[in-house]
Amino acid sequence: MIGKLKKYLPEGRTLVIAIPLVWMLLFFLIPFAIVLKISFSEMMTAIPPFSTLWKYADEMLNVKLNMGNYLFLLTDDLYISAYINSVKMATLSTVFCLLIGYPMAYSIANASPTVRNILLLGIVLPSWTSFLIRIYAWIGILKNNGLFNNFLMGLGVIDQPLIILNTNIAVYIGIVYAYLPFMILPLYTNLVKHDHTLLEAAYDLGARPWKSFLAITIPLSFPGIVAGSMLIFIPVVGEFVIPELLGGSETLMIGRVLWQEFFNNRDWPVASAVAIIMLLLLAIPVAVFHHYQSKEAL
Amino acid sequence: MKGRTSYKMIIVLALGYAFLFGPIVILIVYSFNASKLVTVWGGFSLKWYGELLKDKGILDAFWNSLRIAFCTAGFATALGTIAGYVMARFGRFRGHTTFASTITAPLVMPEVITGLASLLLFVSMERIIGWPQGRGMLTIWIAHVTFATAFVAIIVSSRLRDMDLSIEEAALDLGAPPLKVFFVITLPIIAPALISGWLLAFTLSLDDLVITSFVAGPGSTTLPMKVFSAARLGISPKINAIGTLIVLIASFFIVSFSIISFKMEKKRKREAQQAFENN
Amino acid sequence: MTTTPEQKKEPSIGADASKPFVLKPFVEIINISKNFDNFVAVSGINLQIAEGEIFALLGSSGCGKSTLLRMLAGLETPTTGEIIIDGQDMASIPPFKRPINMMFQSYALFPHMTVEKNVAFGLKQDRVPKKQIKERVMEILKLVEMEAYAKRKSHQLSGGQMQRVALARILVKRPKLLLLDEPMAALDKKLRAQMQIELVDILEDVGVTCIMVTHDQEEAMTMASRIAVMDKGSIIQTGPPSVVYEFPNSRFTAEFIGSVNLFHGKIVEDAADHAIIRCEEIENDVYIDHGVTGTADMLVSVAIRPEKMIVTHDKPDEKYNWTQGIVEDIVYLGSFSTYYVKLTNGKRAIATQANLNRTIHERPTWEQKVYLSWLPVSGVMLTK
Repeated sequence: MIGKLKKYLPEGRTLVIAIPLVWMLLFFLIPFAIVLKISFSEMMTAIPPFSTLWKYADEMLNVKLNMGNYLFLLTDDLYISAYINSVKMATLSTVFCLLIGYPMAYSIANASPTVRNILLLGIVLPSWTSFLIRIYAWIGILKNNGLFNNFLMGLGVIDQPLIILNTNIAVYIGIVYAYLPFMILPLYTNLVKHDHTLLEAAYDLGARPWKSFLAITIPLSFPGIVAGSMLIFIPVVGEFVIPELLGGSETLMIGRVLWQEFFNNRDWPVASAVAIIMLLLLAIPVAVFHHYQSKEAL
Repeated sequence: MKGRTSYKMIIVLALGYAFLFGPIVILIVYSFNASKLVTVWGGFSLKWYGELLKDKGILDAFWNSLRIAFCTAGFATALGTIAGYVMARFGRFRGHTTFASTITAPLVMPEVITGLASLLLFVSMERIIGWPQGRGMLTIWIAHVTFATAFVAIIVSSRLRDMDLSIEEAALDLGAPPLKVFFVITLPIIAPALISGWLLAFTLSLDDLVITSFVAGPGSTTLPMKVFSAARLGISPKINAIGTLIVLIASFFIVSFSIISFKMEKKRKREAQQAFENN
Repeated sequence: MTTTPEQKKEPSIGADASKPFVLKPFVEIINISKNFDNFVAVSGINLQIAEGEIFALLGSSGCGKSTLLRMLAGLETPTTGEIIIDGQDMASIPPFKRPINMMFQSYALFPHMTVEKNVAFGLKQDRVPKKQIKERVMEILKLVEMEAYAKRKSHQLSGGQMQRVALARILVKRPKLLLLDEPMAALDKKLRAQMQIELVDILEDVGVTCIMVTHDQEEAMTMASRIAVMDKGSIIQTGPPSVVYEFPNSRFTAEFIGSVNLFHGKIVEDAADHAIIRCEEIENDVYIDHGVTGTADMLVSVAIRPEKMIVTHDKPDEKYNWTQGIVEDIVYLGSFSTYYVKLTNGKRAIATQANLNRTIHERPTWEQKVYLSWLPVSGVMLTK
């Protein structure tokens, strides 16, 4: 009896794979199919606020796909410029993070092991404490009568406060600040594995230190650069909290647009279409990221 | 291996850490400011902490957040450990890359998309099977477990990849069945990774705003939602006080965990060294 | 060992170890020391190396040989002392400007570059014209027989191929001095023996001066024309392999290079042409007829190489130079066998005998009583 039953029960190994997989399929992948479906529906004043795609009546299956949301997005300047602006801001912030993060990761990787652990803890610590609180902290620093302006005016460098808060500059500062650890950690993981004798060999063959750095260290750290960049670029494209708290009305970012469509306009179908186009936009960077992740794991 | 730190590196690090920690330090300092004006120092005071304790809305939200974070961390650690074990130890089974990408996908997904997708799922499920009824703590918990699992899986699988496979193979060879090997050999060895995975899941859940906002319902307002709606209106010393508490609690856990694991590692190394020398 | 390069090269540097140079030395290391914090890695080393020589620094790990090599390359700065190469003081010259190139123990091939790019790297740094780089790279790859692999990356090469690329990469720069750090350590045993000979052939073809570091005495003896035995940051003995082996100047050298039987005793007779030493561990006195400087009653050690011990069943007729014992263990190694003989007073002696004929019944066997004897030229008296 038990033996018979056993035949129909999944093998232990399959079961172990299935538990997390089913969870993720159900609560992470299927939702995207639903987003796709709803992006083709019409907004309605109902609960939930959208039309159904198919109806079955009189032996007829009526499928009604509404392309209107996509046409609307692709013809309205607001959405197009929000997409472009998000990609631009994500790209620039990634570059800034790389420029600041690389020297830091390099310095940490070259410290002695004990110091290295403490330094790493210092990188990890802020990213484990509230993201929201850390962004909030910048409001007090950057606002017109904030600490930064008070400091500069106290020094006599300026006599009128600089308007930083509610501009794109504040958003850049916030993004770089919040996402810097995501650049430093993968870079560090890569750089700390470098064989120092490769650099010594380059010196020995006649390359000056900075040239050896360019010819050896930078190319070898490429997987770390890609991983860090993707870890920043992808979420920043859809970032909502930072532009909302630090940006102004000029800060047009797609995450913010989606939020407004959903919460303010209650237009779920358009919000879904916004999400689907954002996903298409991110497909390439996500693929690049996974490619390098699986390569690194080997 | 000795360090190769130059003065240029020291300057880089000093500036970098000042940038990372400056705002947090300022936030903490001004939470003790007697003045209501957040940017003008009016003397030391604990009055904002007192105000916090009187604010029922914030306390309720904090209690909600804590409960969700505890439940999320426990479940995500279990699920993430299984997923991480599969990723690191099951080898190249059919679809192993699909498995790994599915598990880790939430790591690099903009939160607004995850939040929207989760909400639409819950709405559709309720319509089709009548569960979950409405939105609230349960839906927040499910959404949090989903993204926190990805982080735990990454931590556990990378720890497992560093671990010597032959230890587990030896246990199998000595006659322990796979499940027993996992519980008696593998789990104790990767325990530090589980603890850091748990801590990370806890803080991620405690901290999340965007996904939570999508899937929350009436009566399930969390602390970040409170903080966010207050921060939108400008700064107030009360938020500084909340922030200070969060930062201090999180730092306490992480620093003590790091010190303990560092000490344990050091002790293990020293004992190994002694054993080696005594031989 | 009869065909090792050591023997063809010996005449060029002279068999007289005490006076190796007729010409001015090419590499001069003057009183070099290096301290790390409180640890003395290298202390007061003086060395002179002639042009075209292959010189080996031999010692166990931590003896300072690698530090000395890294100081030559400019990767470490000496605490005191001078390094002069071809008349030029190296003190103020950074590693990337020194006319010295080093082959690293791990070979340190750049993993993101092809073989060709690896070899061209050094020339690019010197701003050699592109066309010339290509010619020189191809020429050197041909020399090391790697031209077919020019487009491969280092992870697609075997250990021996990686070594050849590493060698090509430094040879292409035509350095005045070549440094080899444990050149064979990354290879497996069988390949090692083959590459040792090949490497020496290439180095001799090019005619470059070369200093190598190794912990493997066989490697040093196969490759080098002269060896410096190092211990605790100092040089114990310098000389051609045969001199270092046959005439060790100290117990350290005797024990470090090859295996040796050491007996402790004191001089009982000290004449102009011989000395007689009485050792408690040996039944009869030891008679040595060469290289003896000592005074009566001086405490000394006598070193006798295992292959110079003669194992017999019959009691020798001599008055000196023999002892007896019981065969405890025999290790049969094909071309020869090693006998571990327990002497009457309990000390263990080692003797190796060539297995000249196929029959084994005439050879000593376990638990048999045997006599060990040696010639007056075989023993070496050590005072250090």
